[in-house]
Amino acid sequence: MTTEADRGAPRVSPLYDPKVRGIAYQVVLALVIVFVVYEAATNAIENLRAAKIASGFGFWTVEAGFDINQKLIPFSSTGGSTYGDAFLVGLLNTLIVAAFGIVLATILGFVIGIARLSKNWIIAKLSMVYVEVIRNTPLLLQLLFWYNAVLKPLPDPRNSVSLFGAIFLNNRGVVMPTPIAGPNFDWTWIATLVAIVVWIVLSYVARKQQAATGKRFPANLIGFALFIFLPLIAFWAAGGPLTFEYPKQSRFNLTGGMQIYPEFVALLLGLTIYTAAFIAENVRAGILAVSKGQSEAAHALGLSNGQTLRLIVVPQAMRVIIPPLTSQYLNLTKNSSLAVAIGYPDLVQVFTGTVLNQTGQAVEVIAITMLVYLTISLTTSFFMNIYNSRMALVER
Amino acid sequence: MKSILKAAAFGIAALGLTVGAASAQGVLQKVKERGQVICGTGLGIAGFGMPDEKGVWKGIDIDYCRAIAAAILNDPMKVKTVSLTAKDRFTALQSGEIDVLIRTTTWTMSRDTSLGLNFAGINYYDGQGFMVRKSMNIKSALELNGASVCTQQGTTTELNLADYFRANKMKYEVVAFVTNDETIKAYEAGRCDVFTTDASGLFAERLKFAKPDDHMILPEIISKEPLAASVRHGDDQWFDLVKWVHYAMLNAEELGVTQANVDQMLKSDNPEIKRLLGTEGKFGEMIGVSNDWVVRIVKNVGNYGEVFERNVGMGSPLKIERGKNNLWTKGGLQYAPPIR
Ligand SMILES: N[C@@H](CCC(=O)N[C@@H](CS)C(=O)NCC(=O)O)C(=O)O
Repeated sequence: MTTEADRGAPRVSPLYDPKVRGIAYQVVLALVIVFVVYEAATNAIENLRAAKIASGFGFWTVEAGFDINQKLIPFSSTGGSTYGDAFLVGLLNTLIVAAFGIVLATILGFVIGIARLSKNWIIAKLSMVYVEVIRNTPLLLQLLFWYNAVLKPLPDPRNSVSLFGAIFLNNRGVVMPTPIAGPNFDWTWIATLVAIVVWIVLSYVARKQQAATGKRFPANLIGFALFIFLPLIAFWAAGGPLTFEYPKQSRFNLTGGMQIYPEFVALLLGLTIYTAAFIAENVRAGILAVSKGQSEAAHALGLSNGQTLRLIVVPQAMRVIIPPLTSQYLNLTKNSSLAVAIGYPDLVQVFTGTVLNQTGQAVEVIAITMLVYLTISLTTSFFMNIYNSRMALVER
Repeated sequence: MKSILKAAAFGIAALGLTVGAASAQGVLQKVKERGQVICGTGLGIAGFGMPDEKGVWKGIDIDYCRAIAAAILNDPMKVKTVSLTAKDRFTALQSGEIDVLIRTTTWTMSRDTSLGLNFAGINYYDGQGFMVRKSMNIKSALELNGASVCTQQGTTTELNLADYFRANKMKYEVVAFVTNDETIKAYEAGRCDVFTTDASGLFAERLKFAKPDDHMILPEIISKEPLAASVRHGDDQWFDLVKWVHYAMLNAEELGVTQANVDQMLKSDNPEIKRLLGTEGKFGEMIGVSNDWVVRIVKNVGNYGEVFERNVGMGSPLKIERGKNNLWTKGGLQYAPPIR
């Protein structure tokens, strides 16, 4: 068979070649975009200068002069922390609430999603009510509700509820003793690491063995036991090198100890419960997408209910679940910026709130913040896509 | 990716254009064409800017805005208010969304110089204070070591707080909210031991509490908060006008010109009053309005003293003393350059 191209059609001008045209359009578009961005940026800089509004990134290293309560890295106005440090504090606060939120929402979402398909009428209906109520009310409202629900019933710090005289609960949050590692505590970390490595190796060997001989070997059980006991043994052998700093009552608050702030708890609760409702629907849809014949066939082969779910239904359902799950994770991360409403110092609250206001550099601050969310989102998508391609149907 | 780039490009372009457009035509000209002054205000703080039962905005800041409208358009109601949180207010002014910001805003050096703003007319001399529950038995702010403090973000308050505790070697926990209402609710719910903001704000907010008498304001005033109007840098005509509206109201009070007697005062022989009310000289024209501009202001809004008493003074629920806000002739700081 011969085509136009094979015969060689040199007379057709490249002007009419769709391929050449396509590339030309792309190049022109790219140039236009570059031009527009360049023009806009220089124009903005010029105008900011004319309006005597400070511009540039010099503010990054200027002392911030304010304080933030929840911080994962040291930050204080006394210590001369900068606006750049404030950015990091906010970013870490966003990441930590998003990370916890994603894990908890996934667990809760799977539980609710499966419960909605339960044969037990009450469980199924309760899950349905949960999903419908949560999905159909605004998240902001829920956050305010949780913040008040967390704050209102708790006593003031002078009347804290105490658990074992060590953990205290009051309307300033949960205060726990701070663990202080002794000199030989590193052995415990090393033992943990060893246990994890052994676990990975074991499960790899077990998979190989099952593929080769069909024999199953309880690698995960053994791995898990190692993971728990090895560090414990190391800890005990090193003489229990751990002490605690206990919180003490002072005039206003408990001092010393680690504190989990009510703003964090409320935000985490709100995000988890809200996102779980959406994840539950994804999970339900995913499971329903696996045809009934699949489980019937599995049962016919003698697989138990658990095995059928684990080996037949879930892997196939995952293909349907993962793509929408990714967008739920992205939603959760972005929704965490509603933290401003309840005073949780996330990136938006600290950086586009206080820092933007104190420096007045809206363009720079907003641009950086957008870039950060874009980066977080693209990174999340990237990893979810890897996971997805591993779960995807292998076409033969 | 391409669509993101495109969106970003348009975003930046739009921003560049608005920043540019903001300075193209004088604000005064625009106000005249529009027939309306657009003022940036708060979300609602008694005495300074809050809608009443009928939805009409009232307050000392609002009256400043109404006086500007009266001077230009001879109608104090030709005012549009835009409610802004503390953290958003400067961006709204910079971007040209509002003509003037009159929102309990402290005049500071950095705001004046690096935000592209100019401050005019200090309409209230304030300072930052602390509020606590009476049941805590606290007599002085120096006893606050270790306390949790609720405050509003994007304010000088946030910074003074850090300074004060640092200077007195005390520890504290700060919980910062976007709006005053959120801050107050958290304080009332017991999240904080202390609520801090400008002293005037403490008085105003205490009125909102279920039991105002359970709370007290500590004696220490820890900062200088000259609350002033601000406009965009670079429009001197508009800047002059906003500045002189305030001075006119002060001069009116000083010369005894009130809402009630302004018509008789038009017949006065006192040369200062004649210049003030435009029966002599062309002072209105100098700032681009008609020469009876002060008559319009005083008739429609009143002089500074009347505005103060009506909104925050003895004629209001706040019952704040004139104090520093009295005229310089009566021991206060309010001092206007002469109209001549
Ligand atoms: N003067 C300070 C604080 C300004 C501020 O936001 N004050 C509060 C409390 S007094 C307020 O007026 N809020 C007005 C509102 O929310 O309506 C500043 O300029 O940074």
